[in-house]
Amino acid sequence: MDNSVVIAGFGGQGVILAGKILAQAGMNHGLEVTWLPSYGPEMRGGTANCTVVLSNDPVGSPIVDNPTALIAMNLPSLDKFESTVATNGVIIMNSSLIQRRRKQKDVRSFSLALNDLAQKVGSVKTINMIALGAYIKASGIIPLSTIQTTMAQMLKKDGKDKFIPLNRKALKEGYNALQE
Amino acid sequence: MGKRLLLRGNEVIAEAAIRAGCQCYFAYPITPQAELLQHMAVNMPRLGRTFIQAESELAAINMVYGAASAGVRTMTSSSSPGISLKQEGISYLAGSNLPAVIVNIVRGGPGLGDIAPSQCDYFQATKGGGHGDYHMIVLGPSTVPEAGQLTMLAFELADQYRTPVMLLADGMLGQMMEPVELPEPIEISSLPQKEWATNGAKGRDPNIILSFDLDPEVLKQMNLILQERYRQIEAKEVRYEETATGDADIAIVAYGTVARIVKTVIKMARAEGIKLGLFRPITLWPFPSQALKKLSEKVATVLTVEMSAGQMWEDVRLAIAERAETPFYGEMGGVIPTPQRILSEVKKHAG
Repeated sequence: MDNSVVIAGFGGQGVILAGKILAQAGMNHGLEVTWLPSYGPEMRGGTANCTVVLSNDPVGSPIVDNPTALIAMNLPSLDKFESTVATNGVIIMNSSLIQRRRKQKDVRSFSLALNDLAQKVGSVKTINMIALGAYIKASGIIPLSTIQTTMAQMLKKDGKDKFIPLNRKALKEGYNALQE
Repeated sequence: MGKRLLLRGNEVIAEAAIRAGCQCYFAYPITPQAELLQHMAVNMPRLGRTFIQAESELAAINMVYGAASAGVRTMTSSSSPGISLKQEGISYLAGSNLPAVIVNIVRGGPGLGDIAPSQCDYFQATKGGGHGDYHMIVLGPSTVPEAGQLTMLAFELADQYRTPVMLLADGMLGQMMEPVELPEPIEISSLPQKEWATNGAKGRDPNIILSFDLDPEVLKQMNLILQERYRQIEAKEVRYEETATGDADIAIVAYGTVARIVKTVIKMARAEGIKLGLFRPITLWPFPSQALKKLSEKVATVLTVEMSAGQMWEDVRLAIAERAETPFYGEMGGVIPTPQRILSEVKKHAG
């Protein structure tokens, strides 16, 4: 079974980076992956999203009609993608910014106050890692340690070593925050 | 082969060009191929090679003409509107028998269009977007790893046939990331000498490179040489891939990223009992007409799916004539045909 996740939010919430880390971690875990961004004007402040497909087999389509998971960092993202989520799929919604409840019935939906959890960890900028940690828990596709190691390698490569401990903590916080 | 890396299509094309021995790269920035230019900007000077961000697309393609004349491997890249600006230069490259690689990361058109993925430049690429009786080899990669492999091949074929070669990929392939093992670099010093190059005539007669003669009989002979070469390319360089066509009742013809989307559709269709196969041209020119003709004798329906109004569809119908039904499904303007949309088109024509 292919896992496919749409990560969507405002430009600046780090959805593109979260997707890259997920894809890289999936590859490091021995999976086939694709990462497809919504590129263009979205990158300059509007809504941004990316689609990550993780599979045991070579990935055909990098674009997905019905993702098995949606991470909605804000209300426009939930409005846009909620109805597309596959039956029994996962929705992780950011209740810090989304006041309404889910409309989809046949999904596993989790409301997490991503902004508040990120503040608790030490920086609101870590909301993407909080969300990613929660997704890892919900999907069970990649171990938390693999995501943490991959994140650290990628930040190190970009010379951002000093942010590694904070983001490591944020991934774990998100992982622990998600309860069935 | 090296280790698996997660890279964008644009980055892989750039890195493969470097590994193919591209010594001079000239381009003007445009979305969605910017990462290609960025990778070259960082890496070509580091290797002691030439990177120039030209003042325009016209300047870039004419710099390619100069570098190709001097006998080095050279490339330019752009996206649809920028490629339109390069057409005069491409015609001159073809007319002057010059090897060069041109990358088009196609976006929605016509005109300024948008920056979303499209396949609307198929006519321009395969039918001669510039003036005159010429063709260039056109390669259509379907995955990020294949984009790297076909970039290497593009340089080989360009040198072998002294012709411009185009790598035609849509914006999705340029922007997406996928695991890739980068091809091994070639030794530039091991490449055959280009006896025709204008690289200094000390001790020999001067070489002349031009696409011009006022005498119609002479120009005709120059054209016949080109046509003879095109026949050779058609005989030797056709490339395509068939997937699940052995028992298929219906086949889709698709290239590039649409073809990989169809591979997902094959699984969905077969789960519902529809025997669907895929015919994927890898060389868009020369088009794999003979192989497609053969396939059309086995299946009832050949559905063409493209991100255009039906440009490759013309070549499909030319190849198949009346041997099978040849319906079409296309999207335009940067809209991507998703697996579900393609599947519902298949169902219209299956059984």
